[in-house]
Order: sequence, then C-alpha cells, then structure tokens
Amino acid sequence: MSAGAINPMEQFEVGKLIKFDLLGYDLSFTNSALFMFVVAGLLFVFMLGGMKRSLIPGKWQLMAEGAVGFIDSMVTNSIGKGGKKFAPYIFSLFFFILFANLVGILPLAVVPGLHTFAVTSHITVTAVLAFFSFGIVLFVGLFKHGFKFFGLFVPHGAPLWLMPVIIPVEFISFMVRPFSLGLRLFVAMTAGHILLEVFGSFAVQGLNAGATGSPIGFGVWIASMAMIIGVSALELLVCAIQAYVFALLTSLYLHDAVHLH
Amino acid sequence: MTDVGAMYIGAGLAAIGIGLAALGVGNVFGSFLEGALRNPGAADGQQGRLFIGFAGAELLGLIAFVVAILILFVVKG
Repeated sequence: MSAGAINPMEQFEVGKLIKFDLLGYDLSFTNSALFMFVVAGLLFVFMLGGMKRSLIPGKWQLMAEGAVGFIDSMVTNSIGKGGKKFAPYIFSLFFFILFANLVGILPLAVVPGLHTFAVTSHITVTAVLAFFSFGIVLFVGLFKHGFKFFGLFVPHGAPLWLMPVIIPVEFISFMVRPFSLGLRLFVAMTAGHILLEVFGSFAVQGLNAGATGSPIGFGVWIASMAMIIGVSALELLVCAIQAYVFALLTSLYLHDAVHLH
Repeated sequence: MTDVGAMYIGAGLAAIGIGLAALGVGNVFGSFLEGALRNPGAADGQQGRLFIGFAGAELLGLIAFVVAILILFVVKG
C-alpha cells in the first residue's frame, strides 16, 4: 500500500471465483459463497465430533453439549412454553453467525493470497438471515392465531382513545424489526473490520516511515500495534455479543408470535 | 468551502452520534452493575434484558455510523 492512501473498503470486495451465468442471471461462485461453505463445514465438523453420545463425554462432546445446552436454556427462558421446537433454528442461526464472525477476523492474511472474508459484513447476507427470522415469526403467528395475530399491535390496558396513535407506532416498530436485526450485525462487523484495517495501515506506514529515517515512525508503529491487539480483543467480544443478540432477539420475537404478549 | 470539504465535515458531525451511543451503552451496563451488586441473586435472570437494552442503545450508534459511511462513499460530492 502506498503511503497516504488507505482504502478500508477493499477488504469487503466480492470477487468471482467461478464464473457462471444462468439465463442472464449472474450466479457466479464468489469468495462470499466460498466462505459461507467454509463456515457451514466448520459447524458441521464441530457438531459431528461432538455427537458421539458416549456415556463419559470427552472434551469435544462436552463442548458440543454445552453449546446445545446454552441455546436450549436461552430458548426456554425467552420463548417459554412451546419454544423447544424452535431450538434447532436458533442454534443454527447463532452458530452460523458466530462462526462467520470468527472466521472473518482470523488473521490468516499473513499468508500471502489468503484473505479471510467476513461473510456477515455484507448486508445481503445478514438481511437474508433477518428475513428468515421475520418470516418464521409471521408464519408461526398467523398459522397459530389466525387473524388474532394482529392483536399484537394492541397493548394490554391501553385506553381506547390512544389507539389511533398506538397502533401505527406498534406497526412501525414491528415492521422495522428485520431491518434493525440485519443492520446491527452488518454494521458492527463492518465497523470492526474498517477499524482493524485503518490501524493495520498505520502500522505499515509507520514502519516504512521509521525505516526511511522519520523520527516518530517507530512510535506510530508500536502504538498502532498496541491498538490492533486491543481492538482485536474487543472484536472477539463483539463477534460473540452480536451473534448472541441476533439469536436472543429472534427468540423474543418468536415469543411474541407464539404467545401474543 | 468546496463540496468535498462540506461532505467530510458532515461525516464528522455524523460521528458525534456514535459517541452519544457510547454514553447510552455505558449507562446500560453501569445501571445493570449497580443493580446487580445490590441484589446479586437476581442478576443472572436479567441478563437477557441487559442485552436487549444494549442492542437498542448500540443500534442507534451504528445507524450514525451508517449515515457517516453513506455521506462519505455514496453521496457524490
């Protein structure tokens, strides 16, 4: 990278690995798709290693059982009665997002040509996940309660004269849910990657400037490296929190659909 | 002032919202800790609500970030 020019958006570019056109639609196999397969494969291996069902669980089985138990307790706490049947969906959602986030910040770019792609830093991916959640909420709510599902927009105990105000507000807050779900994950991941890229560029430029005789170059390099370590630790936390929040909010919305308040 | 300069000033102003969201997130966790230290027994049961509050406060900061990015990269100066 030349001095002075930092392009933090370069890392999010989707490139075509295998070109494929179907009836005028571009269905190429991209690096985004590749890393989705990688994430799904990792999740598959993780669960396959943990499903041995031995009486005395090994470390791996303990890990998988802990993961399943964690999602199970979240689902029972937030959906309540009748929530068990959504546990597989919440589990897939949580671990797909978590693995995608973690694969995205793997520092594998030290190997030339190997650049991990953060699948969840694209709104096309997170929006599809969010619309899945929203679609399941709508489907379950309408299937279970029929027309009464729209009682969701009428809070208990609100006076009748407030209805013209409350119903539009509740309707808007309901319709905004999928957008806020998808946007939150996408922006949190994008912001973290931009931050890392900017500090990485500072480190490279500081090192170059120090090597060519600038007095503060090495200082910039050390400070940037310290920031990269700190921001990476923060990003690990954000990865886990965003996956947790996505799964938690989905199960809360499912609670609304199953129980109507 | 050129259009590009005005664009950068606007993006910087949009970034103020992120700092305000930081206040909100700090308030969520600070209030939770304050309550949790007074009644540690009830703290674990409220963790879900903690993260819902966190998500709501954080979302508004992230929207400020989106506005800054839109100004920088989408609006043609």
